[in-house]
Amino acid sequence: MAEDADNKREDGSPLKPDPPGYFEGESMTRRRAFSVATQALGGVAGLAVVLPAVGFALAPVVDEEEAIWQPVGDVGDFDSETYKPVIITQVEDIGETGKGTAYVRRGSPELDESPDEFIAVSNRCAHAGCPTRFVEAAGNFICPCHGGVYDFQGKVTGGPPVRPLDRFQTRVEDGQVVLGPRYSVTSQLDPVRTRDPGEFTGGIWNYIYPERPSVPPPP
Amino acid sequence: MRFPQALIPGPLRRPPAPGEKAPGDGAGAIERAKEAPADVVGWVDERTGATGFLTGMLYRKVPKGTNWFYTLGSATLFAFVIQAVTGVFLAMYYTPSPTEAYDSVTHLTNDVFLGEFVRGMHKWGATVMIILIFLHMGRTFFFGAYKYPRELNWVIGVTLLILTLIMGLTGYLLPFDQRSYWATVVANNITAAGPVVGPYLADFLRAGPEVGATTIQRFYAIHMLLVPGLIIALIGAHLYLVVKLGTTAPPWLRAESKPKSLRRQQV
Repeated sequence: MAEDADNKREDGSPLKPDPPGYFEGESMTRRRAFSVATQALGGVAGLAVVLPAVGFALAPVVDEEEAIWQPVGDVGDFDSETYKPVIITQVEDIGETGKGTAYVRRGSPELDESPDEFIAVSNRCAHAGCPTRFVEAAGNFICPCHGGVYDFQGKVTGGPPVRPLDRFQTRVEDGQVVLGPRYSVTSQLDPVRTRDPGEFTGGIWNYIYPERPSVPPPP
Repeated sequence: MRFPQALIPGPLRRPPAPGEKAPGDGAGAIERAKEAPADVVGWVDERTGATGFLTGMLYRKVPKGTNWFYTLGSATLFAFVIQAVTGVFLAMYYTPSPTEAYDSVTHLTNDVFLGEFVRGMHKWGATVMIILIFLHMGRTFFFGAYKYPRELNWVIGVTLLILTLIMGLTGYLLPFDQRSYWATVVANNITAAGPVVGPYLADFLRAGPEVGATTIQRFYAIHMLLVPGLIIALIGAHLYLVVKLGTTAPPWLRAESKPKSLRRQQV
């Protein structure tokens, strides 16, 4: 009975909130408090669904692909005068389409390269990704699609390519030359992170085509 | 309107009020059966209000001069429906895996009854749909039908065009033969050559730095789940705006000018 008395005015009429909707000591109406709480709950529930889904879709962008290291032949098979083509697996689990060609030679002292290192050049043209071929008579790489020409080291000497031919990391294990992940190079043959065909390298282009976390860092 | 009494089992029927005739009195079974379709339609309509909506949509007024060019939008919609239906049946035989995709498509084309026909419908229907979209877009542009108050519908239409092109790109990979594989490689290279975001966008599209085993599954999911859902939703919005705003008269029809008669009165 005492509580009832608190909820009524002296004349017995029910107590009205003043200003309307606000009882004493409240900073927010009951209706608004419930509305905000419901929307916050809905937001949390929505994020719980959307965030994993987006994470699923975007994971490959930040996930570094595991490098494939594969032997391509004995150390003695390669000399510094000419390239030898080898077949390598670039993408696993997709059969023949995942295979590609690399041109391998020993480093040439005439070109300021150590004779102990091995140079492996990707045959993928830096213009549109067509397969280039090393032409022994001319001593350069020629692309059949749009006439891109690269010199003995893979530097562009003609046609539309935007950067030298990509290279593969190499090391020697048990007398075998082992090829690792592909990396791109600048026009001075400085290694940069792997690019797709058509992307320039060096200078401002390293900012226009920023490094991707999905490929291993260059040597 | 009541649910047809003839369809209600006896024990569930409402017993007749005193002085009221029992339902169906005075009419034979045949007469009652003839009324049944109308009764069913009425029963649904009373609970949904569907007739009001459908009359408003289907019997809306169209301006003078409406001609065959105005059917291009419906034709595009029809092409999309064909793609959706044939796509569902193709999905029954298709395997989105890099090792089995090509064999499943070969099996579907050569062995399955009418498989070549259904696949052909899907393949050529895709081309037809793109052509129809551009014709429809041209009609809208040259008739000035994108102007106020229909700008939003133009924007939705362009979004639909882009989504349809994405369908074309993702669907092209699915047969997984040499042509589709290398076309996808090139498309990804072109995407990657875009400044700043290009490399990341390409990684997102092919699920990694190279076109590989998961690329085909990703393209399949985009092709048959993500984009079709968006297209259906946007077609709904597109049609709603068409019904709400109505169509435009062709530009060669001038509005009958009222001011002329006014001037005559003033003289």
